[in-house]
Amino acid sequence: MTLDLSLIPDGGLHWLAASGEHAGIVLSSRIRLARNLAGFAFPPRAREGERLRVLHQLRSAAGRVPSLRDAACIRVDECTPQERQLLHERHLVSRELAGLEHGPGALGVAAGAVLLTGEAGVMVNEEDHIRLQVFRSGFDIAGALRESERLDRELGAEVPYAWHREFGYLTACPTNTGTGMRASVLIHLPGLVLTQEIAKVLQGLQHMGLTYRGLYGEGSDVLGNLFQISNQTTLGRSEDELADQLVRVVRRVIEREEEARRVLLRDAGYIIEDKLWRAFGTLRHARTLPADEAMNLLSGVRLAAGLNLLPGLSVYTLNKLLIFSQTAHLAHAEGRVLTEGEANLARAKYVRTVLANEAKLPG
Amino acid sequence: MLCEQCKELEARVHLTQIVENAVTHVHLCERCAAERGIETGAPEPKHPLGDFLQAVQQQAAQLPGDAARCAYCGTSLREFRASGKLGCAHCYAAFEQSLRELLRRVHGSVRHQGWQYEVRDPEVMTRTQRLDALRDKLQKAVAEEAFELAASLRDEIRGLE
Repeated sequence: MTLDLSLIPDGGLHWLAASGEHAGIVLSSRIRLARNLAGFAFPPRAREGERLRVLHQLRSAAGRVPSLRDAACIRVDECTPQERQLLHERHLVSRELAGLEHGPGALGVAAGAVLLTGEAGVMVNEEDHIRLQVFRSGFDIAGALRESERLDRELGAEVPYAWHREFGYLTACPTNTGTGMRASVLIHLPGLVLTQEIAKVLQGLQHMGLTYRGLYGEGSDVLGNLFQISNQTTLGRSEDELADQLVRVVRRVIEREEEARRVLLRDAGYIIEDKLWRAFGTLRHARTLPADEAMNLLSGVRLAAGLNLLPGLSVYTLNKLLIFSQTAHLAHAEGRVLTEGEANLARAKYVRTVLANEAKLPG
Repeated sequence: MLCEQCKELEARVHLTQIVENAVTHVHLCERCAAERGIETGAPEPKHPLGDFLQAVQQQAAQLPGDAARCAYCGTSLREFRASGKLGCAHCYAAFEQSLRELLRRVHGSVRHQGWQYEVRDPEVMTRTQRLDALRDKLQKAVAEEAFELAASLRDEIRGLE
């Protein structure tokens, strides 16, 4: 199958727009709901025939849901490993559904699919039959929650969910039982990392019922000072309470990050300025760029833009660089599979070109 | 009697089919029957007493501890403990006692406080499921060029729609 990205509304990347509140620090907000269909084994236990029936039932139900009727349906198991990697790099498909957990050459999950509209996605046959996700640009958990509630209600009217009067929505993993909801923000915290306050902040999250992960969710490394902060528990409190708690704590984290940035500028102004300009210089001129190095340098440039050192560089450009400088995206642009060395060359060239065209330097 | 398809679980659905004047008997477990789109007409009890009785029955029928199995999907408590993943919605009743403790440990609560799911009118739901099953059969009939069957399936689908 050839993945036709033009079929995905906005390429599934509307959140890059950096339109929401605090978009300089919070890249995106997401609500994810886990649901299962009554009458079928959960995907990890289901046989292929069952998974196919689940997919069939969900596709036909989606056809009756106004906001899902025009969704693009991508059969992840029919995509090449590079295409699956690309969907994962765009946060449209989880690592598990993309089948990337067992190495780059592994097969996609049987009957795994994703339905994509502009800002919502429905992963089918991941760990649960349904993983409904709504992304918003910047810090907008409330907006994402409203939209996901509407979609969930519409879809739930068309298919019977696995439900228990006491435990709520039933999921394959008991850590998701109840609301099945994970609210999260993708947040950039270089100030707290540089002032070495981050450990304290992350520890504090756990006391507040929250947890953190790296850029690509569970089990992924923290790269480029990007953290995903989300609710830890899903049962015993309502969706609104869980989301409000996250919003309250993230507001505090944003304040501390802003405070850390002020301290850095006040106490080590020229050192920070030099460090960030060096990062910019490397990105602007390097001829080869490994992925991890690019992520860390981009974090520096994002901080520079946030501190108004690089006022001519938009958050949108930075978000775009973050997604499109990843290996599968570079390979897609080149139209072929790249070796690591080739990807490093292509990455450096791509970043150079974008910065040359879109970063207006101050006099 | 074991299910003819998976040969793992007890056959609970017994079908008599007449295909081209030959009578055949099919014995399936509920899961394989559901996989083939056959409705058993025996939904799980939805009221508290029913769930309770079901849990008691399942617990009484099995040895306590790790060997306990979910009668629907066959997942054992041991497998669940190893993988952390339940096999199906019925596992929640089959392993209710252990799960309660686990849920309380993980979430600090066992009572859902969020959005309430309005379990759909069973009539409407079974109609949707029946429609899906009929559409499957129609596709198959067309592929096999069984046009007479396809026509009657199409009429049935129209009636339901």
